[in-house]
Amino acid sequence: MTTATANGATAQAASVRWRQREEVNDVSEPGSVGIVETRYFTFAEPPDQMPLESGQKLGPITLAYETYGELNAERDNAILVCHALSGDAHVAGFHAPEDKAPGWWDVMVGPGKAFDTDEYFVICANIIGGCKGSTGPASINPATGRPYALSFPVVTVKDMVDAQKRLIDHLGIERLYAVVGGSMGGMQALEWAVSYPDGVRLVLPIATTSKLSPQAIAFNEVGRQAITADPDWMAGEYYGKTIPFRGLSIARMIGHITYLSDESMHRKFGRRLQDRAEYGYDFVTDFQVESYLHHKGDSFVNRFDANSYLYITKAMDYFDLGRAHGSLEAAFAKTKARFLVASFSSDWLFPPYQSREIVSALRKSNIEVVYAEIQTGYGHDAFLLEAEELTKLVSGFLKHGRDEQHRS
Amino acid sequence: MSIATTLEDAATAGCVGTAHGCPPSDFRYIIDLVEPGSRVLDLGCGDGNLLLALMRERNVRAEGVELSEACIQQCVAKGLRNVHHGDIDEGLADYADQSVDYVILTNTIQVLHRPLLLIREMARVGKKCIISLPNFGHWSARAQLALRGRMPKTARLPHEWYETPNIHLTTITDFRDFCRAAGITILREIGLRTVRNGQCKTVKLLPNLLADAAIFLVEG
Repeated sequence: MTTATANGATAQAASVRWRQREEVNDVSEPGSVGIVETRYFTFAEPPDQMPLESGQKLGPITLAYETYGELNAERDNAILVCHALSGDAHVAGFHAPEDKAPGWWDVMVGPGKAFDTDEYFVICANIIGGCKGSTGPASINPATGRPYALSFPVVTVKDMVDAQKRLIDHLGIERLYAVVGGSMGGMQALEWAVSYPDGVRLVLPIATTSKLSPQAIAFNEVGRQAITADPDWMAGEYYGKTIPFRGLSIARMIGHITYLSDESMHRKFGRRLQDRAEYGYDFVTDFQVESYLHHKGDSFVNRFDANSYLYITKAMDYFDLGRAHGSLEAAFAKTKARFLVASFSSDWLFPPYQSREIVSALRKSNIEVVYAEIQTGYGHDAFLLEAEELTKLVSGFLKHGRDEQHRS
Repeated sequence: MSIATTLEDAATAGCVGTAHGCPPSDFRYIIDLVEPGSRVLDLGCGDGNLLLALMRERNVRAEGVELSEACIQQCVAKGLRNVHHGDIDEGLADYADQSVDYVILTNTIQVLHRPLLLIREMARVGKKCIISLPNFGHWSARAQLALRGRMPKTARLPHEWYETPNIHLTTITDFRDFCRAAGITILREIGLRTVRNGQCKTVKLLPNLLADAAIFLVEG
């Protein structure tokens, strides 16, 4: 009984801290990049469209991107951050002082942080196929004047990376100092090392895999089925009409279950009830965990395009770094970068064994690699939450790489 | 800059507590066994200081495996480029036969669950292996048990019986037998005696009685 009360009190205190953190919004606080702006780069204008892995072509392509810090005179301090499924170009800082929250990896990017913007020029671009300013299924097809919807070609992780390479070229950067990403962002980081061996010095794939497990593909497929089964989806032609709210919301709920862990759900919700003291004996929300999923699902619908969700999850499913080369080792044959691979012990969506497979292939290819498996209960979400542990690894890794770079 | 210092301090704090790892006093004896420019794999590399010393003095290509997260952080902070978080008790499946010049296991064999499995793995992966161990046959350990009837504690075996991570303690004589049984040849054996200030001296006479630690150079 005492224990239960103590746990309850701790949970309450933690939740208060969490709320306070959400509310803090001092754009001038140390460690924040402050107010930032999204920029746009358009390329691949017809007839020079960008070839895609599927054999199709896409153009014109617009990438929404943000940068933080300064590119130095040698142009050798640029770090590309690749975002995950639902991310965007807004990694750090605020778009306006009244923003509710900073960018999605603000804990890691800023002055004095792991990706130190006093030292590095940090870039993040929204992926193609996305819906946060880059060209995707919700964009207007200039050929028809209407949204692409399902006429948008299926894009792959390699296509996303090829588009990023055009942006990096445009910014006048010959070789990135580092590419980093978690989850699907980690897939892009790996693809960079393979597709552009001269284009990057350090690669940091975090909580990722060289190919999705059938279990992860299965969850993606259930998410897609939820969307396409929604009558409002209308074969993707819902723009300007009712959006497939229920389908996308359910897809996001499923996603969130896979980002948490049994342990983190116990800690975050337990079996606590939401806004009621007793079971309702009805089908209205009883448990906090249900309320959380509803909230996450519903708020996602307001910021994400259902067709983008289909395209991006498909790109993740198709990603198999070794496939085109015969094996993962063969894929790394030309890679010149060195690596920091990090996984999280309770991540069952991108389990540590998948990171160890990457490390093993790198080793066999004689590529230098640091591997760390961070002990945590947060599940896949840990790559966004375990900032302290990640910072210890990343800052040391980047700093020593920089010393070597200066010596050479 | 202050952040980096704090981080390194924090990482150190978490790493020094590990039971295994090479005492700095043994470094020079191990360094002397390693040919310059070779490829070295240190199992249970701890804070990475042995690998750094080998890089500095023998220009080795250094690679380490370590179970402690804090130690990994520290190795990275010190600039080691090949350190893997892993449990050597699971073997060395990722490493090809004879792919490393020296596989090193310092002051760790006594905490392993399956020493025989690992030593065979080491001999498979390494052209040569360097193994150091605390000697349970040291006179002081014998005396504590025989005369005082107490579980021995020495400079190299400082733990109380109820909190020791050491589950496979051995003597120098036992280890020689173990190598013979495992089909492993001992190329060199260095008995060490811990003297004041954590320094060591070599022991030539009756090492199993007078040395509190030993370093072996072996090959499979």
